[in-house]
Amino acid sequence: MRTLKPVDVVIVGGGWTGLLMAKELSADSARSIVVLERGPARKTADYIDDMDELDYAIRLRMMQDIRHETVTVRHTVQDRALPVRQYGSFLPGTGTGGGGEHWSGISYRYLPQSFKIASHLRERYGAARLPEDHALQDWPVTFDELEPFYWQAEQLLGLSGKAGNLRGKRQPGGNIFEGPRSHEYPTPPMKRPYLAELFHQAATKLGYHPHPLPAATNSQSYRNPDGILRSGCVYCGYCERYGCMIGAKAQPTNTLLPVLNRRRNFTLRNGCWVRRVVVESGKARGVTYIDVSGEEVFQPAEMVMLASWSINNTRLLLLSKIGEPYNPATGKGQIGRNLTHQVSLPAAMAFFPQPLNRFIGAGSAGVAIADFDADFLDHSDLGFQGGGIIYTVCYGFRPMANFGVVPTSVKSTWGSDWKKAALHHYDRTGRISFYGEHHSYRSHYMDLDPTYKDKYGDPLIRMTIDWTDNERRMGAHMSVKAAEIARAMGATEITPHPGLRRYDATRYQSTHIQGGVIMGDSPENSAINSYHQLWQTPNLFVLGASAWPQNPSVNPTLTALALTHRAAHAIRTRSLL
Amino acid sequence: MRRRHFLSLSAESVGGLLIYSLQRTPLRAQSQSGTIRVPLKFFTEKQALLLAAAAARIFPSDDTGPGANEAGVVLYIDRQLASAYGRDRFRYTAEPFLDGPPELGHQGPLTPRQIYSEGLAQLEGIDTLSPEDADAKLRSIERTPFFSLLRQHTIEGMFCDPMHGGNIDKIGWQLIGFPGPRMSYFSEVDSYYGKPFRPRPESLSEILGRPVTPSEDEEPA
Ligand SMILES: Cc1cc2nc3c(=O)[nH]c(=O)nc-3n(C[C@H](O)[C@H](O)[C@H](O)COP(=O)(O)OP(=O)(O)OC[C@H]3O[C@@H](n4cnc5c(N)ncnc54)[C@H](O)[C@@H]3O)c2cc1C
Ligand code: SF4
Repeated sequence: MRTLKPVDVVIVGGGWTGLLMAKELSADSARSIVVLERGPARKTADYIDDMDELDYAIRLRMMQDIRHETVTVRHTVQDRALPVRQYGSFLPGTGTGGGGEHWSGISYRYLPQSFKIASHLRERYGAARLPEDHALQDWPVTFDELEPFYWQAEQLLGLSGKAGNLRGKRQPGGNIFEGPRSHEYPTPPMKRPYLAELFHQAATKLGYHPHPLPAATNSQSYRNPDGILRSGCVYCGYCERYGCMIGAKAQPTNTLLPVLNRRRNFTLRNGCWVRRVVVESGKARGVTYIDVSGEEVFQPAEMVMLASWSINNTRLLLLSKIGEPYNPATGKGQIGRNLTHQVSLPAAMAFFPQPLNRFIGAGSAGVAIADFDADFLDHSDLGFQGGGIIYTVCYGFRPMANFGVVPTSVKSTWGSDWKKAALHHYDRTGRISFYGEHHSYRSHYMDLDPTYKDKYGDPLIRMTIDWTDNERRMGAHMSVKAAEIARAMGATEITPHPGLRRYDATRYQSTHIQGGVIMGDSPENSAINSYHQLWQTPNLFVLGASAWPQNPSVNPTLTALALTHRAAHAIRTRSLL
Repeated sequence: MRRRHFLSLSAESVGGLLIYSLQRTPLRAQSQSGTIRVPLKFFTEKQALLLAAAAARIFPSDDTGPGANEAGVVLYIDRQLASAYGRDRFRYTAEPFLDGPPELGHQGPLTPRQIYSEGLAQLEGIDTLSPEDADAKLRSIERTPFFSLLRQHTIEGMFCDPMHGGNIDKIGWQLIGFPGPRMSYFSEVDSYYGKPFRPRPESLSEILGRPVTPSEDEEPA
């Protein structure tokens, strides 16, 4: 195997966390940085051709090629895991920018109490109320410690929204349940598409606290602290699963890459598939990868960073035999534990008498209420813990995936009667959705599959995951609430979600898979510290949501960026090594 | 080399519409009588007729407007199956193929091409049946993976960008008031509350003013 010239830092994965870390560390021009990205190069100009539903939203042109690598799934350790043969519940990104190119951009902060969830629930309800096999754990970092880094990440993205809590003062129109912010959002809220307007009015009437979804699809043009100027969103609706042709949606290629491309100490290599991290005597020495020509090479580095997204980070550690694989029977081992997948439901389908023009929108143009998040609802008689946000997002509904949904009063799914109903309801159907907490459990984890392999013959990740009664009851409760909102919005027929049963790998849920390499306050309860640094191998960092001990209700990326900022800051100022 | 097969469309049903030939050159069906012969890439003519008959029962042409026949759903499916998609380009196909719970999705070894070939064999004769009998035949296979694929592909062929062979002349988009890709809705997003905004649909190559290559033409066959 050929050995390349050593560098200071090698980063595996050129998505949100990898390129942000590269931008922060390369600010110091003495440090050489190489990012290895297995997918193709991407740039804004590519996206002018992408407004095609079949190639992008259905054939998933921007996602990881499933022929080459997938995951296997089983519900319990007794089951035999089978491969996910066609993408379903999540969509891993590939290419420069990773999942950050075709994300929706909904960018909440986590709540202060989310960082202390285990102690909070124990204090409030007593240990006995927690599910028997839970693996909940406090984060090793608090909201207050993270706040300045949230603000940095929000400026990076130019986030649009409305503060609900400015330095402790409630702000009407914002999310009054959020933790205190030091600053108002960088840009004002997005416009409200019609369905969002109906939701806003109905939620207000019902006494809830509707607020605009915090949006990385910016409401107006914005220049960030790096000097990057991006234009405002035009609500084209080809957003979630697509790259933005005008750069209005913050993506790694339009916020980070322009800065990085000016730095001579930074190199991005596309088409490079990393297979192993090499560790010798407690120190990471570099990584081996198959380069774009098919040759396997060794890239030595002083510091190694995994930024390949939660599942891939976990897999690379397991394949490299770094750390102890988690064993659910004994509870021993840190790598692979606390796998969670955000609960995400179409809580109610609402059928309206009037047209909605629902092809108009953006990935994060919408309105939400947090009145049922965390502990803001009274759980005494509910039979579950936790909660989440009820929202509607007008992401731009396209016909191939959305045509044909009809109320339950229509009995057929094809033929004349169905066609007539489907034509009538096509632009009169709205979705009220729910994002909920997913607690961690001792029986939910990742390890290497004994049977199925990737294109290089390396074992796939095996996910052992299922819903428990906590998520099922939460989902059922929230569907009732969502249906009430739909009624207040003027829907004449409503189909509530039928209820969560088993974890379903075929239905798109969200690409918010967490855990595997979690952070904690000691090597006994975690794989990494709050700076994403492996306890046993301090020059190896594992970035992103693989670090989450459990899943707070809302989307993870803003927190992943804030924690990356914080780790970069510590590396630059405190020399963690 | 495969023998050339054609699908004959009645000029009456597609009169005046713009069909994209397989070479992606527009072919305008001007005459109001006679037939138009469109070359097929994957199906035999016989299979295409069975498929056309089935798709036309799933998405019929009736008093609510045109259906699968006018939109060219068969041409859409023919092209998809002829392309890498038909050979399972978008699936993880490593063995062993084992049965599992429905939550783990379709686990079978058959490619879309094989699913269609087997499925169409079960529909033998559907193109000569009365609408009622054709529906009964389809109901008898309603729970098969073939039928769900066929239903899904019929919807796709109704509403895809015309460059993929279906939605001829944006007839499906016109039917539902979908404008197709559009550069901006900045002023419409909050000025059409409760009112339909229905501009004349345009395809991707029309708004860009140049041809766009769909993925089925990119992959080496
Ligand atoms: C459709 C969609 C909508 C989304 N919407 C939202 C949203 O609204 N809000 C939100 O917060 N999040 C959203 N997300 C999730 C968001 O995209 C991710 O959380 C974010 O991109 C994760 O950043 P990351 O750096 O961890 O991984 P990524 O950005 O995915 O980057 C990882 C990169 O690593 C590369 N890689 C993987 N393995 C290897 C290897 N072995 N060698 C070399 N390179 C490798 C991959 O190709 C990829 O480019 C969405 C995702 C999708 C797909
Ligand atoms: S909806 Fe807005 S942010 Fe999204 S792709 Fe279109 S212009 Fe860009």
